[in-house]
Amino acid sequence: MAVLELTNISKHFGAIQAVNDVSLSIEPGQVVGLMGDNGAGKSTLVKMIAGNFHASHGTMRMDGKELILNKPAEARQHGIEIVHQDLALCNNLTAAANVYLGRELRRGIGPFRILDYAAMYKRAGQLFAELKSETRPRDLVKQMSGGQRQAVAIARTMLSQAKIVLMDEPTAAISVRQVAEVLNLIRHLRDQGIAVVLISHRMPDVFDVADRVIVMRRGRKVADKAIASSSPEEVTGLITGAIEQVS
Amino acid sequence: MAVTLDQTIAQKQHSFFSRLFSTQTFWVVIAVILACIFLSFATDAFATSKNLYNITRNITFVAIVALGMTFVIITGGIDLSVGSVLCLSSMVLAVTMHAGYSIEIGILASIATALAIGAFNGILTAYLGFPPFVVTLGMLSIARSLAMVASNNTVVFQFGPDHDKLLALGGGAWLFGIANPVLYMILLALITGFILRWTKFGRHIFAIGGNEHAATLTGVPVKQIKVAVYMISALSAGIAGIIQTGWLGAVTTNLGTGMELQVIAATVIGGANLAGGVGTAFGAIVGAALIEVIRNSLGLLGINAFWQGTFIGGAILLAVLFDRIRNFRRSD
Repeated sequence: MAVLELTNISKHFGAIQAVNDVSLSIEPGQVVGLMGDNGAGKSTLVKMIAGNFHASHGTMRMDGKELILNKPAEARQHGIEIVHQDLALCNNLTAAANVYLGRELRRGIGPFRILDYAAMYKRAGQLFAELKSETRPRDLVKQMSGGQRQAVAIARTMLSQAKIVLMDEPTAAISVRQVAEVLNLIRHLRDQGIAVVLISHRMPDVFDVADRVIVMRRGRKVADKAIASSSPEEVTGLITGAIEQVS
Repeated sequence: MAVTLDQTIAQKQHSFFSRLFSTQTFWVVIAVILACIFLSFATDAFATSKNLYNITRNITFVAIVALGMTFVIITGGIDLSVGSVLCLSSMVLAVTMHAGYSIEIGILASIATALAIGAFNGILTAYLGFPPFVVTLGMLSIARSLAMVASNNTVVFQFGPDHDKLLALGGGAWLFGIANPVLYMILLALITGFILRWTKFGRHIFAIGGNEHAATLTGVPVKQIKVAVYMISALSAGIAGIIQTGWLGAVTTNLGTGMELQVIAATVIGGANLAGGVGTAFGAIVGAALIEVIRNSLGLLGINAFWQGTFIGGAILLAVLFDRIRNFRRSD
């Protein structure tokens, strides 16, 4: 069964039709590349899944049940996690503190509860080990490489039982070596049965790691097919409009 | 032997001492200690119990307000109104007690006034997006003017039926001959340190100062916390006002004039960063201590008091210079 299913989703802002009648479904453990030019409607679509926007029309279903999100926190409760483009990290805090930001572990009785540093360091360390990332929980994020920072942001999504992780341009501003590191992180998420939606401009990354590619142009879904049966040339044509639509 | 991933992750990069030596607060502590040793040998008057009693007590008023200011500065804000709020709280206490009410009611009214002002500062900053510099600059003017209105710009030195209780509260020495204000300062510093290090609230304050946008995205209640930190800052000014009233035994409307700059200087000397994200309770106390020791020593060494500002200003620049040098080295 699909972990997330969108049926005839549309979103308009006044007269502007940002997303037009998009249907798609995502299976557990699948990596879906979401591609399209600027203004194609990718981020509007993602923001609806993340609970930032209400859809104007259409329905979302998670594990077969209808999903209505009023704010980002509700999306998180349903197991939808987002890795923001700027990663949303605090440089002055440790890696563990960033992983747990907004949902710190505490110990104690009743109202007298203090931060549980030991448990947070331990669990964050386990998450970094699962991600095969050489990231130390006690280090300040300030001193970290781009790949380690990505690992911190991704570890955050693994704290709760995430079902689907939305990644907004995770490889846009990092070095070649670090891109390989991030793609590996994505594979680790997939191997744990988590669905990943990878929003990216970088063709090689999508063809490297994704199982499926969805292309959007002017608010419409113009392609949705297995990576194996597509090619970078075809996707480029779809993005620019040289190829109208493929089924 | 190959190093496994788990070993790498478990490794602590900094030892206790390397971390200690890299903090500005540590070097300021060293500076204070060296200054005290030097002064004990250079002058006869410094290491007397009377002088030490005076110094420790004089530190407290700036230090208590600096503790509250630390919260605001860690979030990346600033509170310029603390000197005026101290005066207004002090005046509300004095006027209420002068009118014949008990000390409990006086303190309650005084604290309530401070909290209301802090809430006003915080709401304008957090919810209406005013720059904190502007809001608190306005409040600096408003609060002092309200203190003049409340007292009709007179000196209040009679505090009604609980007059003696108030003077004992601020001027006494209930424990081992340590001045009461010092005891309050130590207690408040412990509470502040605890909140900053061990509570979720404290963690969120640092997060807001580090990256406010990230804090919002991860579900930290940024606006509520901002209101709370301005209330804490005003509360600390109110508490300092109450204690100072008891110690001085009289309130004038120029109480706490220019204090905001001393308080900010103390937090910055103690290692807080005005850009946000960094600051400690201990640093605030140490910063206040350094300022007071400089002031005291100039008097004892017979240097003209007009030089005070130069030395204190120099200490601010020197403390921040150390921080800059460390950062240059790191960025190279």
